[in-house]
Amino acid sequence: MTQIAHDKTDAHLNPQELVATFEKRFAGGATITAGLSLPAGFSVTTLFGPSGCGKTTVLRCLAGLERPNEGSIRAAGKVWFDSQQKICLTPQQRDIGFLFQDYALFPHLSVVENIAFGLHVCSRHERDQRVAEMVQMFDLKGLESRRTHQISGGQQQRVALARVLVRRPRLLLLDEPLSALDATLREQLRIELRRRLSLFQIPVIVVTHDRVEAIALSDHLVIMEGGRIRQSGPVEQVITRPSDLSVARIVGVETVLVGAILNVHEGLATVQVGRTTLLAVAPTIPAKCVHVCIRGEDVAIQKGPSGETSVRNHLPAIIQSLTPEGPLVRIGLDCGFDLTALVTRPACTELQLKVGDQVTANLKAPAIHLIAHD
Amino acid sequence: MDWQAILLTLQLATSTTAILFVFGLPLAYWLATTRWRGKFLLESIVMLPLVLPPTVLGFYILLALGPYSPLGQFYERVTGGHLPFSFSGILLGSVLGNLPFAIRPFVAAFSALDRRLVEASWCLGVSRFETFRRVALPLCWPGILAGLVLTFAHAVGEFGVVLMLGGNIPGITRTISVSIYDDVQALDYAAAARTSGLLIVFSFTVLCLTHLLQRRRPPA
Repeated sequence: MTQIAHDKTDAHLNPQELVATFEKRFAGGATITAGLSLPAGFSVTTLFGPSGCGKTTVLRCLAGLERPNEGSIRAAGKVWFDSQQKICLTPQQRDIGFLFQDYALFPHLSVVENIAFGLHVCSRHERDQRVAEMVQMFDLKGLESRRTHQISGGQQQRVALARVLVRRPRLLLLDEPLSALDATLREQLRIELRRRLSLFQIPVIVVTHDRVEAIALSDHLVIMEGGRIRQSGPVEQVITRPSDLSVARIVGVETVLVGAILNVHEGLATVQVGRTTLLAVAPTIPAKCVHVCIRGEDVAIQKGPSGETSVRNHLPAIIQSLTPEGPLVRIGLDCGFDLTALVTRPACTELQLKVGDQVTANLKAPAIHLIAHD
Repeated sequence: MDWQAILLTLQLATSTTAILFVFGLPLAYWLATTRWRGKFLLESIVMLPLVLPPTVLGFYILLALGPYSPLGQFYERVTGGHLPFSFSGILLGSVLGNLPFAIRPFVAAFSALDRRLVEASWCLGVSRFETFRRVALPLCWPGILAGLVLTFAHAVGEFGVVLMLGGNIPGITRTISVSIYDDVQALDYAAAARTSGLLIVFSFTVLCLTHLLQRRRPPA
């Protein structure tokens, strides 16, 4: 009795939907450690890192497909795993949705049979109703009786999502949700996927090695490398302010900002970022809200006011920091928002750059990459 | 033609196949999915009848089931009968001797099953048993069918184990192959040829049918 009461207070004090800290050791010597905590309601957290960094293992541990050696996983006040109490719930007991990389649709069943597969406990009437609801929601009308190999990759993804979400899980886990699709389709589906997921008020964890996918889908980013979490936080924060060089390398893009598209004219978009406006090549998918990605090597520094050039964006900036990185210097700029520039060491010496200097940061419009994020 | 022997053989083969279907499928599924390190021991035991002369198998089963063994005494106390030289006795021998012919194709079929489909089913809240029934069985049936047909066909021709365990009692333990042997011993080559020919036609037809069945529905 005391235990239950204690759990209730815990859940009350802690609004986190999922709190997990665990360690999984493999026979080969690899060890994967993770600490995650997700709020209730809709949010997308992405585990991002190079292949082999252990992100899929983290997902499988959360799903109960893999048993960690140590630690605990709690969801909504319920213990899913605890190495000390020797508790490990099966995947069936965890109330999760797991989307496999290539969707793992049942080839011997039709589209609707796939969607209804996990509703075996419901009455026939309720099952039919919920499946119909999903068919409507995921645009699968007319494909109900098709076999899974008779539909396209995008449709397969929707069937797999519908099959998982029809059970109204507490937590959704997506393993490389877009990697089975070809490049053009992937671009279209990134934003569509986030829109669809936002209709379900549950936390989502995505695993991906694709940077654009990570930025487009997530609210929170968890950077993993060598079996460890290197940094986690809101997307813009993690990318623009990496805690160390290895995170910066994994992320591969130095600045990510949240912006709003003011107008699009002849393929060029005017984007509002803080109090500044930037001119960039418009994203292929129309969206109001975008992530503005700028690579450090695309930022040119100029002392004094700008003259006549073909560069479209000139931002007055103050140098915040100078960090040597081999042949390059990483320059932290404040131009109303945080911007990182990567400049060669000789250029830096020639311009005699110091912290506190007033400079102009020049950015060509095609160097600003906009990723739709509605 | 020794119709009594043919009927008895069909009875023996059908019962053997049925028993191996019920007990062999879960065992094969477990062998195909477990990560237990000692499973090679069990696999080797299951495969033993494949390399062992049937007479050796028959000899040990005879010893194990005889009226002086604890197992035989237990059986006698429960049923009041003896296992050796009875139909139940040769059935038991036939089941053990045919173990690899059923288990091997079953394991091969289950191993070819995409593990993610099984895990996807678990994550959809479907129990292990229901996953076996709703995912593994429908997707692996060609392999399972192949195993059943092979078991049946092999059980029809079972000789060594049956002879060691059952002898040659008409209507009880005298199967086709024993009757052929008996005919040859009695120099009745005509009778032996008729029965042998029947067995060849039967085995060939069965094998053709399995191949056709598997070809018609390739695994999706």
